[in-house]
Amino acid sequence: MNDTLAKTEKRTAYVLTLPAVFLVFAIVLFPIFANVWISFKEVELKDIRIPEPRAKKIVKSISGETTKIKILYKLRNSSLLQEIRDVTFQDKYPKNFQPKDLDKRCEFKKNKLNCKFGNWPAKYRENFEVIFETKDGSNVSKKEIKSIKPKLKGKSDNILLNTKFTLKNFKKVLFENEFIDLLLTTFYYTFFGTVGSIVFGILTAQMVNQKFFGRTFMRSVLLFPYVAPVVALAYTWELLLDPNSGTLNSLLINYQIIETPINLLGQKYIAVNILGFDFKLRLALTTVIIFEIWRYFPLAFLFILARLQAIPKELYEAADVDGASPFQKFFKITLPQITAVISILFMIRFIWNFNKFEDVFLLTGGASGTRTLPINVYQQGFAISDIGTGSAVSIVIVILLLLFMFFYFKLLGKRVDEN
Amino acid sequence: MKTKNIIIFSFISSFFLVSLISIWKILVTLQGIKLENFNFQIIFLLGFLVSLAHVIIGNKLNYILKLIIFSLIFIFIDGYLIQSMPIWYNIGVFLILYFFINKIKKFNNKILEEEHSTQIIIFDFLTLFGIVLFSFVILFPFYMMVVTSFKTQIALLVNPLDFSINFAQGFKDLFKSYFIIFKSYKFGKYILTSTIVSLGTVFITLVFAIPAAYAIARLNFFGKTFLSTSILIIYMFPAIVLVIPLYTVFSQLGLRNSIEGLLIVYTATTLPVAIYMLQGYFKSIPKELEEAAILDKLSWFGIITKIIIPLSIPAISSVALYVFMIAWNEFLFSLMFLDNPNSFTLSRAIQYLSGDAETPRQYLMAGSVIVTLPVLFIFVYFEKYLVSGLTAGSVKG
Repeated sequence: MNDTLAKTEKRTAYVLTLPAVFLVFAIVLFPIFANVWISFKEVELKDIRIPEPRAKKIVKSISGETTKIKILYKLRNSSLLQEIRDVTFQDKYPKNFQPKDLDKRCEFKKNKLNCKFGNWPAKYRENFEVIFETKDGSNVSKKEIKSIKPKLKGKSDNILLNTKFTLKNFKKVLFENEFIDLLLTTFYYTFFGTVGSIVFGILTAQMVNQKFFGRTFMRSVLLFPYVAPVVALAYTWELLLDPNSGTLNSLLINYQIIETPINLLGQKYIAVNILGFDFKLRLALTTVIIFEIWRYFPLAFLFILARLQAIPKELYEAADVDGASPFQKFFKITLPQITAVISILFMIRFIWNFNKFEDVFLLTGGASGTRTLPINVYQQGFAISDIGTGSAVSIVIVILLLLFMFFYFKLLGKRVDEN
Repeated sequence: MKTKNIIIFSFISSFFLVSLISIWKILVTLQGIKLENFNFQIIFLLGFLVSLAHVIIGNKLNYILKLIIFSLIFIFIDGYLIQSMPIWYNIGVFLILYFFINKIKKFNNKILEEEHSTQIIIFDFLTLFGIVLFSFVILFPFYMMVVTSFKTQIALLVNPLDFSINFAQGFKDLFKSYFIIFKSYKFGKYILTSTIVSLGTVFITLVFAIPAAYAIARLNFFGKTFLSTSILIIYMFPAIVLVIPLYTVFSQLGLRNSIEGLLIVYTATTLPVAIYMLQGYFKSIPKELEEAAILDKLSWFGIITKIIIPLSIPAISSVALYVFMIAWNEFLFSLMFLDNPNSFTLSRAIQYLSGDAETPRQYLMAGSVIVTLPVLFIFVYFEKYLVSGLTAGSVKG
């Protein structure tokens, strides 16, 4: 009895989870493995279209002979690269039609014309003509003939499915495209974006955790950048930072802080002098990082605020009795209480910033030294339309991610053990 | 000790006042008023003197009288002697001073003698400063977005600092950019597409996620722990690594440029987090209720629809809102999969609009306002639900 109950429970569980599991596997896990496959192939964007045999049907009447009609089929291979094998053709005609001088490759049966065109090489074109005559001598209606579409079929190799592999893509990624620079840029972007958003998250959470007028409103406002669509925000920032008529530059010039406008999103380096040392700052990258911090500190804020509100008040009261200063209270009580949240936040944000595509893409498109790994996937795969190399970059991302995750779960496991 | 504290107090508070006045000055400049100098030194000096005088005079003078005298002196020097400014500028300065003197009211001789007074002062003013600064930094781009959408191309070019809105020009001229993007750029259609895609994603995600989450929360089956951990791992995988394979497969299946394609991808990418959030909530529902239902011979379908769903409306709403927000804001997949303007979503349409350098910026901003408003509205209105969604989901891209 119990056994069957357990069995039905099991079966129910599979029925309930299967649709979701199937969908997630098909759309999320399958592509990750497909990436491995594609990354070892030499594929371009134009190769992924399956070659199709196509026919354009043109109906022409023959002058003086209303019972006869000429039908011209413009046949072609849609692919410029691949051959199509065993092309077959079929078209239907009104019942009273009879072909004249039929092509050898074709046969006419029961109002249907069947042809075997054999193999079509790439770029193949042919004008195929058939003349028809009505058996009963009645007039031909062009419209009726035009409304029927011919059916064509053919076999072709799918470049994605053959077993030719190459290491070219990985060679390209690792040795040709300034890979070290790419990694460094990604690392700067990820690291400083993460640290910045956490620092501002702590500051704002500490602020909002005190009582003041308009506190709930403030809490909503702080989350605005995180919930608003990235497209809208990125273009607003672009407008704000525009060198020609952007508000920020106009303001700075107006207050005589700078003399010539600074192209914050379009300039790779800017010379900065701090304490007598000259060095070059990655300007566009810094701007993009600031945007990232602006957009994602709300998440850190939300987490840390939730943690702050859970700290028992007695701790602070006891500290007050002992005569602790506000700074002592912050460093001795608050900070130790939120380290766990901060470390988890750091890992999560680090992984996500590492994968961030939209923000950089919309602000700079990866120009002026802001090319990160995800941007490179897009550039290789779609701008240069080299899908194989794009996939290889994806693989690099996945490998690095797995490494991060390994550390993340190790850390998480440790935390769970501790608590 | 005390004098040192008074000076530190005056110093920090006047620093705070300078930041307040500076932000006000920036806003005033953006109304097209010529204002080329912050006059940091003078404002700082004035603020310093006000704070100093406040502590020295103490309670000898009525609070309101003190407030009015200080403010008027300040305005007289700042708004008339240094530069002559319109009356509304001075009213603003008066309000800021009112706020400021209200804030420094609690700092009197007594507090300044306390042990940690310096740190308390720093802490207090840093908080105030932070609140003002963060509100400004966050709201300013949104303000810019809205105001720019009401301007005309010429006005923006003539004076890039003039963001005053001319309400006298009438409703039609004010909302001109909005009319144009609806008429010439088919934004009505894009709004419809975005709405269908987002609501559709919410619906399908819930239909798939609720049973799966129920199974994970309640039933025992082989592979359960594997499933619940792999959900988390899968959620960490970024959209960008899925793009190329999905693009190739979708091209070959003819799913590009279709709403169905987007729906499939959005559902699959939001499912893990939806399941994760829901199963956590389902676990908190007392088991006894279901046991009674099982005795009544209710099938799993009955249990889910009659017991679980009615009891978890709050969790389901927060998942629904969260998923809606993700689907509405999503950009990467809509960029990759849609290249036919007939099937654009709002985000993709705005990006497409910006691709043409000739497109006036106010159209772009009007589009941005349209795509942002629903999300912000939903967020403010349902904040309680959405915040719990955000914390549980925690890692939207």
